[in-house]
Amino acid sequence: MPNVNIDGRPIEVETGTTILEAADKAGIDIPTLCKHEDIAPLGTCGMCMVEIDGKPDYVRACITQAQEGMQIRTHTRELRRIKRNLLQLVLAAHPDDCLQCIRHGECELQKLAEKFEIRDLEYDQYTRGLPIDSSAAGIVRDMNKCIGCGRCVEVCQNLQTVKAISFFGRGADTIVSPGAETNMGSGVCVNCGQCVVYCPVGALHEREQTDHVWEAIENPELHVAAQIAPAVRVALGEEFGMAPGELVIDKIYHALKMLGIDTVFDTNFSADLTIMEEGTEFLNRLSAGGPFPLITSCSPGWIKFGETYFPDLIENISSCKSPQQMMGSLIKTYFSETRGIPPEKIVSLSIMPCTAKKFEADRPEMNDSGFKDVDYVLTTRELARMIRQAGISFDKLDGVTSDSLLSAYSGAATIFGATGGVMEAALRTAYELHTGKPLENINLKAVRGMEETKTASISIDGEELRVAVVHGLSNARELLSYVYNEQQAGRVPYHFIEIMACRGGCVGGGGQPIENSLYQRNLRGQGLYKEDSGLPFRKSHENPEVAALYEHYLEKPGGERSHHLLHTHYTRRDAYTL
Amino acid sequence: MKQNKVSLTHYAMKKQDIEAYIGLGGYHGLKAALDMDRSEVVKEVQDSKLRGRGGAGFPTGKKWAGVPPSEETYVVCNADEGEPGTFKDRYIMENTPFLLLEGMTIAGYAVGAKKGFIYIRGEYPTIAETLKKALEAARSQNMLGNNILGSGFSFDIEIKRGGGSYVVGDETALLSSLMGKRGFPWMKPPYPTEKGLWDRPTVVNNVETLSYVPLILAHGAAAFSKIGVEGSTGPKLYSVSGHVNSPGVYEFPMGVSVKDLIEAAGGVQGQLKAVQIGGTAGPIYDAESLSMQLDYDAMQTAGGTLGSGAVVVMNSKTNMAGVLDVSMRFFAEESCGQCFPCRYGTRQLNYMAQRIAAGTGRQSYLQLMQDTGEVMQATSFCPFGQSVSTPLNSLLQHFGDEVKGFIQQQDYVKEVI
Repeated sequence: MPNVNIDGRPIEVETGTTILEAADKAGIDIPTLCKHEDIAPLGTCGMCMVEIDGKPDYVRACITQAQEGMQIRTHTRELRRIKRNLLQLVLAAHPDDCLQCIRHGECELQKLAEKFEIRDLEYDQYTRGLPIDSSAAGIVRDMNKCIGCGRCVEVCQNLQTVKAISFFGRGADTIVSPGAETNMGSGVCVNCGQCVVYCPVGALHEREQTDHVWEAIENPELHVAAQIAPAVRVALGEEFGMAPGELVIDKIYHALKMLGIDTVFDTNFSADLTIMEEGTEFLNRLSAGGPFPLITSCSPGWIKFGETYFPDLIENISSCKSPQQMMGSLIKTYFSETRGIPPEKIVSLSIMPCTAKKFEADRPEMNDSGFKDVDYVLTTRELARMIRQAGISFDKLDGVTSDSLLSAYSGAATIFGATGGVMEAALRTAYELHTGKPLENINLKAVRGMEETKTASISIDGEELRVAVVHGLSNARELLSYVYNEQQAGRVPYHFIEIMACRGGCVGGGGQPIENSLYQRNLRGQGLYKEDSGLPFRKSHENPEVAALYEHYLEKPGGERSHHLLHTHYTRRDAYTL
Repeated sequence: MKQNKVSLTHYAMKKQDIEAYIGLGGYHGLKAALDMDRSEVVKEVQDSKLRGRGGAGFPTGKKWAGVPPSEETYVVCNADEGEPGTFKDRYIMENTPFLLLEGMTIAGYAVGAKKGFIYIRGEYPTIAETLKKALEAARSQNMLGNNILGSGFSFDIEIKRGGGSYVVGDETALLSSLMGKRGFPWMKPPYPTEKGLWDRPTVVNNVETLSYVPLILAHGAAAFSKIGVEGSTGPKLYSVSGHVNSPGVYEFPMGVSVKDLIEAAGGVQGQLKAVQIGGTAGPIYDAESLSMQLDYDAMQTAGGTLGSGAVVVMNSKTNMAGVLDVSMRFFAEESCGQCFPCRYGTRQLNYMAQRIAAGTGRQSYLQLMQDTGEVMQATSFCPFGQSVSTPLNSLLQHFGDEVKGFIQQQDYVKEVI
């Protein structure tokens, strides 16, 4: 284990530790613009240069390993001068519109400029005058603001393997762009938004829909009915100074009411409903002998990814709509009929941790109510902006309850927001519905946590069911390639697979508060499991409002009306049509 | 055979014909190598003290000796000759391609490779054709392919054309490109000899380096190393261009003086003003440079680099503000764009140099340009960005007053108008 000395502080670190990590351990913050703790080092920005005794040149702390006896200095006069100059070079190429920028206050470039006391620029400023690409449903790209750190490319190419964006051009003309002259709307982008959450500046952001939502709220003719996804309740608080993972669902209901939302439902309700439908689908396949594996369908980023890269596995994907879309179609049918509000007067709004949900709501098949099932999708961040704009002190709210009919939820529903949660929820219900016996230990810890691929087997009535859980699309790609090859060889490696497009599951979605690192995602996930463990009922089939829905409206899981309103179909997509 | 044995130009032919090449003494090196153990071949090249002719000057034998045993090893010839003022590799490939193929085959034998690639710059399409024909001819004579000359050693070569990027001349960027990726350099270590093409051990050598290898094997390390000077052995091809009467490629022993080289190239057209040595990233000297010796160590002592052996001569009619402009434009156009300092720095340097040359420059630019070069030197990812300060600072050191005067003159013109 090497001993090094950083700015006069001796420290012992593990072999293989980078200087950047060692400095962090020693309590020294080396500035970076391209390095992110969740992403392999890129070495592009040059802000982490340090001086090592006996070395003629400065080295990059992010990609240089700490070695025995190194005497390292991180903030010499010379280094500070050089980094100030380097920052000026970046700023001279960056638009001067911080006050209007969506990342104002959360921008890593802005923070460094502040830290280094950049008060004026010696260089003449220039802008590139590039068009803004707002063709995608969920994500907007403004390459004039791009600093070319390469995080988004690394995330899209290697962590998500969506391969929607890459570097093109060279020198000062270098640009990150979709390939083959496509734009974000027409290319392979799945709108997962992982590029957005790792972008250090405002070059990538969600397509904002707050204007439409304000308009709907302020129109007395319209009835706005909202739903809130599981993962939002353990993250929104961060926007108001609370800790990641802190459960704020009652405050969210309260804030939505104060904003003027007429009816507040909860996506957790439709998560329970999803389990009833998907559990039934699974048991049907079990009695029919397949096809296996059944793959979950809640994550719209994964769905487009699957349609694009694994079209031969489409029949393995559950036909269940996601909880958002189930809720959307019920709001404009069941809720509309129950309350006597005409569907054309209802605006269906969902609050999601996700940018891909905007894409999902816009899919042409998502209008089984006869209308657009979900009119607007706001990310967690957008809702936070509305709450601030309305002058609501979110952290001081007492909290209220949601509206009955489509709001009750079980613990199984709330863990949908974390990787492994859908699998655990489904198994809790499938086991009991199939065997008629209560599941003894309902905490299926084998599928919980941040490990990239989790597998387990569970015995139901003597039949051994193999399940797998993956999060992050590169892991999905790896698992599905394996599944596909096994399938070709006539084997069934798994019966049931849960796939979430984002690492950590929905808690790490592209619409979540920034910072949105694995660290925050993990804490948010724990917050959901904590809520689950304290709820009076923890299995989807115990949800009384779901039972009422079947009794009064849908009849039975997998029934005709369910099929019409709660199930969907998928489309084979070409990666690139040239 | 002619008298001048250890000479590359000796093998130059107008028409490419393998039998004529063999008639000149070609393939003696390969035959000699195949009669030796691999390790003996490496030792012979080490003893010759041959250093890499692409610019870095790394000892070739040492590079080969560093290749670990592996099931799959590659030899890559760097023929991405993108350095302005450098056209010696082109000379070799046009006039004596078999020498290169022979050198690569020996390299393949020495490091245990079965496969070689020639990565040739996209701007050399006709030369790529010449090489392809040469490959066919070499295969037909069993100088390439299976069981070469009955030795049991098999080796073949494939030609890959580049897309026109300068940075791909860097060996790691070249390998990225060769694998079909964007031509970004990568961090060393790992060195390509440990982990190169598709993570396999890979030897990357310049065209000229490989082309001297057959001569070393044919005539012995001693015959090679006695040519040149201590630390820089053998003959070398120099590319002389600019304001000389006979620009071209000249072969001289290492350590030739700038004066002798320019004389060989027919002398200066007019009065000598400046010389740039080693390529665009090399320093720009004034007329004092005539006495300089062109070898690795002497050039380093002089604060420069031998680089590719390019010598660009400028006469007294040259406007140094214009030279600054051209030089900075080159860096801006060829930066790969990967790291911040190079991407943004070259853009600003180009902008300022352009304005100076256009008569709209400011005096403050000169200091700002040097500061920018310093930041790039300190923080750029690869040698490309790190080296911008070399031509910049040397130009301003020797001709700063002229550039300053040029800016002043323009200021005066503006005032008068």
